[in-house]
Amino acid sequence: MILTKAQYEEIAQCLVSVPPTRQSLRKLKQRFPSQSQATLLSIFSQEYQKHIKRTHAKHHTSEAIESYYQRYLNGVVKNGAAPVLLDLANEVDYAPSLMARLILERFLQEHEETAPSKSVINSMLRDPSQIPDGVLANQVYQCIVNDCCYGPLVDCIKHAIGHEHEVLLRDLLLEKNLSFLDEDQLRAKGYDKTPDFILQVPVAVEGHIIHWIESKASFGDECSHHAYLHDQFWSYWNRDGISQCCSGWCGTPGLSSSSASASQSAGITGMRKHFLPGILMKCVCK
Amino acid sequence: MAAVLESLLREEVSVAAVVRWIARSTRGSEDNPGEAAALSSLRPLRKEFVPFLLNFLREQSSRVLPQGPPTPAKAPGASAALPGRPGGPSRGSRGARSQLFPPTEAASTAAEAPLARRGGRRRGPGPARERGGRGLEEGVSGENLPGAGGRRLRGSGSPSRPSLTLSDPPNLSNLEEFPPVGSVPPGPAGRTKPSRRINPTPVSEERSLSKPKTCFTSPPISCVPSSQPSALDTSPWGLGLPPGCRSLQEEREMLRKERSKQLQQSPTPTCPTPELGSPLPSRAGSLTDEPADPARVSSRQRLELVALVYSSCIAENLVPNLFLELFFVFQLLTARRMVTAKDSDPELSPGVLDSLESPLFQSIHDCVFFAVQVLECHFQVLSNLDKGTLKLLAENERLLCFSPALQGRLRAAYEGSVAKVSLAMPPSAQAVSFQPETDNRANFSSDRAFHTFKKQRDVFYEVLREWEDHHEEPGWDFEKGLGSRIRAMMGQLSAACSHSHFVRLFQKQLLQMCQSPGGAGGTVLGEAPDVLSMLGADKLGRLWRLQERLMAPQSSGGPCPPPTFPGCQGFFRDFILSASSFQFNQHLMDSLSLKIRELNGLALPQHEPSDEDGESDVDWQGERRQFAVVLLSLRLLAKFLGFVAFLPYRGPEPPPTGELQDSILALRSQVPPVLDVRTLLQRGLQARRAVLTVPWLVEFLSFADHVVPLLDYYRDIFILLLRLHRSLVLSQESEGKMCFLNKLLLLAVLGWLFQIPTVPEDLFFLEEGPSDAFEVDTVAPEHGLDAAPVVDQQLLYTCCPYIGELRKLLALWVSGSSGRSGGFMRKITPTTTTGLGAQPSQTSQGLQARLAQAFFHNQPPSLRRTVEFVAERIGSNCVKHIKATLVADLVRQAESLLQEQLVTQGEEGGDPAQLLEILCSQLCPHGAQALALGREFCQRKSPGAVRALLPEETPAAVLSSAENIAVGLATEKACAWLSANITALIRREVKAAVSRTLRAQGPEPAARGERRGCSRACEHHAPLPSHLISEIKDVLSLAVGPRDPDEGVSPEHLEQLLGQLGQTLRCRQFLCPPAEQHLAKCSVELASLLVADQIPILGPPAQYRLERGQARRLLHMLLSLWKEDFQGPVPLQLLLSPRNVGLLADTRPREWDLLLFLLRELVEKGLMGRMEIEACLGSLHQAQWPGDFAEELATLSNLFLAEPPLPEPQLRACELVQPNRGTVLAQS
Repeated sequence: MILTKAQYEEIAQCLVSVPPTRQSLRKLKQRFPSQSQATLLSIFSQEYQKHIKRTHAKHHTSEAIESYYQRYLNGVVKNGAAPVLLDLANEVDYAPSLMARLILERFLQEHEETAPSKSVINSMLRDPSQIPDGVLANQVYQCIVNDCCYGPLVDCIKHAIGHEHEVLLRDLLLEKNLSFLDEDQLRAKGYDKTPDFILQVPVAVEGHIIHWIESKASFGDECSHHAYLHDQFWSYWNRDGISQCCSGWCGTPGLSSSSASASQSAGITGMRKHFLPGILMKCVCK
Repeated sequence: MAAVLESLLREEVSVAAVVRWIARSTRGSEDNPGEAAALSSLRPLRKEFVPFLLNFLREQSSRVLPQGPPTPAKAPGASAALPGRPGGPSRGSRGARSQLFPPTEAASTAAEAPLARRGGRRRGPGPARERGGRGLEEGVSGENLPGAGGRRLRGSGSPSRPSLTLSDPPNLSNLEEFPPVGSVPPGPAGRTKPSRRINPTPVSEERSLSKPKTCFTSPPISCVPSSQPSALDTSPWGLGLPPGCRSLQEEREMLRKERSKQLQQSPTPTCPTPELGSPLPSRAGSLTDEPADPARVSSRQRLELVALVYSSCIAENLVPNLFLELFFVFQLLTARRMVTAKDSDPELSPGVLDSLESPLFQSIHDCVFFAVQVLECHFQVLSNLDKGTLKLLAENERLLCFSPALQGRLRAAYEGSVAKVSLAMPPSAQAVSFQPETDNRANFSSDRAFHTFKKQRDVFYEVLREWEDHHEEPGWDFEKGLGSRIRAMMGQLSAACSHSHFVRLFQKQLLQMCQSPGGAGGTVLGEAPDVLSMLGADKLGRLWRLQERLMAPQSSGGPCPPPTFPGCQGFFRDFILSASSFQFNQHLMDSLSLKIRELNGLALPQHEPSDEDGESDVDWQGERRQFAVVLLSLRLLAKFLGFVAFLPYRGPEPPPTGELQDSILALRSQVPPVLDVRTLLQRGLQARRAVLTVPWLVEFLSFADHVVPLLDYYRDIFILLLRLHRSLVLSQESEGKMCFLNKLLLLAVLGWLFQIPTVPEDLFFLEEGPSDAFEVDTVAPEHGLDAAPVVDQQLLYTCCPYIGELRKLLALWVSGSSGRSGGFMRKITPTTTTGLGAQPSQTSQGLQARLAQAFFHNQPPSLRRTVEFVAERIGSNCVKHIKATLVADLVRQAESLLQEQLVTQGEEGGDPAQLLEILCSQLCPHGAQALALGREFCQRKSPGAVRALLPEETPAAVLSSAENIAVGLATEKACAWLSANITALIRREVKAAVSRTLRAQGPEPAARGERRGCSRACEHHAPLPSHLISEIKDVLSLAVGPRDPDEGVSPEHLEQLLGQLGQTLRCRQFLCPPAEQHLAKCSVELASLLVADQIPILGPPAQYRLERGQARRLLHMLLSLWKEDFQGPVPLQLLLSPRNVGLLADTRPREWDLLLFLLRELVEKGLMGRMEIEACLGSLHQAQWPGDFAEELATLSNLFLAEPPLPEPQLRACELVQPNRGTVLAQS
């Protein structure tokens, strides 16, 4: 399904300082009934992440953390069952999961001698039952299940989408009888950075020759495209010699989002740095 | 000098005698005594004759050529000329060779100082030729402008130094791109490289006073005040006088007189001060071509004689640069009109035609006649030019007019020519692919080094891409844009090993980008265009042509451009300069030297004259291509080696003189050469591989600094090269000697080298040319590479793009007026780069090997190549096969052994390193099978491949021998590798497998259980896991709240959700372990919420709570999912985590029956053990609960534990404490 840039902009416009909750998403769905929930969620998530990236720092000053923590403590003293942490996050315009992490870190600092390691925190966020304080565990859990843009569950959903699309892509390649090397095989050969698939025999799609395909479990807006381009695609290009001349996305605004809003990119000869609308969608969308 | 010419013209001596006299120091016995006597008196002048002749001709033609197309010259500024860009004020001023003819006395005096040192060269001052204003002046005054060909060597034989002009003015802003090597910064005359030929035009005092230095800052732009060429001025020739008898002063005095005489005769010199850097004025309007008529040639006999002498000198390689002379001749041929009225000079007496008193070229007719005469003598060279040039020549109407015979031969040559030459397209940059064998982690000392290199690779390409995107933008500066990033990157290369890794990448990228078209020039002529046109791929061809026309450089900078770094090479040059890292340079030099040695020593196939059958043509295509690739790679590498090696010695300052020079020489002679090029050259000559060695050596030497040619070591090299040059007489062709085009290539590159600024101008003529003495003692095979037709026109033109200037000259003539031309057709040849196939190793010694050699000797070379190729491929395939079969089997064994080990040793499994050791000790001995298997594989595969590749008609005996040799070689190769590496390979693979297994085992050992795939009938239509997680998450968030009053889920929805979950879990297609883990956890959470009745149910307002029955049904579904469908571990203990049990505390009234039900079912289904549940319940007591809740909890646990089967007697005791309440609760 092709999403025009204008449509994308319109959706993104509605997402300015909206908390990443179920309710916001529901409103968004009502507003744009023609878009699938996955697409909306993906755009939401992307836009919200951008927002968080911009504001992230101000929530991490020690003063801010201290004041959040005090507010949390005051809140739970009054009523431990109330959504104290969630409300706090929404009020200060910060992701609930991230707020939960912040408070949890602060809490552990206070209750344990040593500063908690990242893995301990992550593990507690994944399974709040491990949090020694029952009230905090509930608060954290509430934040996590109510956050639709951050948190271990959202991460897992994203990861699952990526995996699913890789599988879809693989099926499609198999179905089209295209021979390819997947990531595992490439890694076995010692490549340090690999795209999802390298085609052993390049194919031409709409006049562009495709050497490799990378599936991204996120909506390919311009900004994230650039980031990926920087982090990954050039790396492939740097490594695969001829077989990596370009990347084209299919999730860029003005481009498309597949049914599950994954964006995909492909290595295309001779067109580097140009975004190629819709090229891969034919391959990806069933 | 002139005496010789005079006596020649008077027919006192024969041309042959003169040429013999020039070429040989000893008098030939065949000389007629009279001639000998006449010449022997002139003996001291012998070596000055050629420079004299060249200057004489240039001078004589000066009236014709001013308006002509580019004049041969070396000018750095010209090399990167872009069409349509006007020359600027500083044009050429940096170029060491651009300083042609100092137009003013002051300037020339200044220039003389350094010159005098070198063999007392004298120069006649003269105005620099003005190019920009040329047409203008001519149009206005019709004055004679000394110009294009107007160069003169004076006195003691300086080699001709061509003047610089281009049809396209150089791109000034691009000067930065020119190599610092050999370039001289703009500055006073003394710093500039003096010209080698002296413009004959008399000095202009006015100008010398007013603008003394104009010529040095912008030689091509000048006002030419004098109207008369000095062609009439015979006095400075020093008739019959030994050199040196005239001082410079005297000569200058004479010139001055001459000038004043001319000034009186001619009208006021019009000197329109043209704007510096003004674009080339269109010649279209102001000029009409003067028709040339053979009938109007003034002194045929004299012209014929001079042409003959001149041609002979060219043929004997007595001139430094063959193509420069051809260029000059072409200029004469295409001269448009004579600029001076013939009889404007009263001194010119038309009667004195047989002496030098009269101008040689009195009209266009004379020029064309002379040119055609010379060209007739060099038909062979012409016929070997590219097809485009031939076409233009054959279609030249003047040629037709003056020599129909030559035209006919040229036409025939054109029709027979297949030498289409393409100016190649620049490649789009391609990155060097990741090389698993060298870039692997195993080749780095540490993880850190590996990752650093990984990052550097990315930085390097980032820099490269940025350069690609920006380097053509005006105002973009390499150093400013990328310098600091490059240095930062170099700074990270701390370890020596990292340097070598990076240098390898750098060198590979260099070869990849520049060896292919555009960087250094095209590769090899392919047949693709013809094939394509046959196939009708017309549009594609046109597209290519168009692209080429857009991309190909229009000018390579005149017939003698300075060394440059065109295209992508510029990036690498700038990178080296910006990095300015000593370590990097050293590693780079090491690496380049190594690669050059390797390529130079590559056993290229040799031509076998006996190979007369039809296949040879086909074979030679491939061989030529291989040669071309090797040669171009070598040239590229040598160029960079020269650049880096001489970098520390080059600078903008003028070459040192006197004592300073001596001390520098003493110092430098201590320094060992970076690569022993002298030995390589000597060996190359001995092995008759000059055609490979010399072109790259020339590239290397072209970057030498001024001191280098003075060093003994390099002087030897130059002497060798000079001798070689002299020996390459094109007309001498014989079996086993060098091929024509090979010679032509060597002549072209050597000629170019002799024009390089840093090569002393006297070198060429000072050296006694023992032409007959050049007999290298060849220990070489009878037929060296030199005798093989390895060079074709494409390669020639690729190596020497300046030869293409000839074509441009002719095209310019055809195009009439346009100076910018570029409109001529180029043939388009897509090029392919071919990798340098690694030469198979030939380690086998002994009789068998000698027999094999003998066998190949008698067979066509293609057979040998086929066998070697097959052996190489099969050997390599064999290793891969072993890896995929034997090693893979061993790895599987290792995995199962590991599993056993893990089972026996318990879940901890023990130390991985220890495990690996155990496994390897068990498995590595099996590696011994590899050799047998490998032998078997080669035995099985090689014969078929050889059979398939050799011609059907190959005799059976030959075939079977070839097969056997192929088997032997392949086996040798494979076994050598296997025996050396198999153990390490197995070890590595097993290690990878072990770590894989251990990792897959993960933190939870239960994950190890065998995973089932989808059932065969599964069509993978189940809902996607991501969708389900997201749905369940929604339910969870609803249940946890906060929620709006109208929010909730319907029981149907819940049921449907669990149904979908089942489908998803049964279709494993899209499920990855993390997703499954989360699904499991979510399902447990869901169960807890069900048990606690926390899920808000949508429905008729009354029914806000889930019915017991519905809840039980849902729990049943979950239990079944946990039991049947989840393949990963399900964290069921979470059901009894304080948090989830705590959910019950919030419900009023509390209902425990669902929990009890669930626990019982869990035990019943074997999902949890009683003990486990007991432990969980036990730990629940430790948490803090409201009083009544704790009590109820205790009751529940007692109740649960009371039920049969009862594994532990003490549990029953607990149950007996409070039996009643629990029962009540359970029943409520």
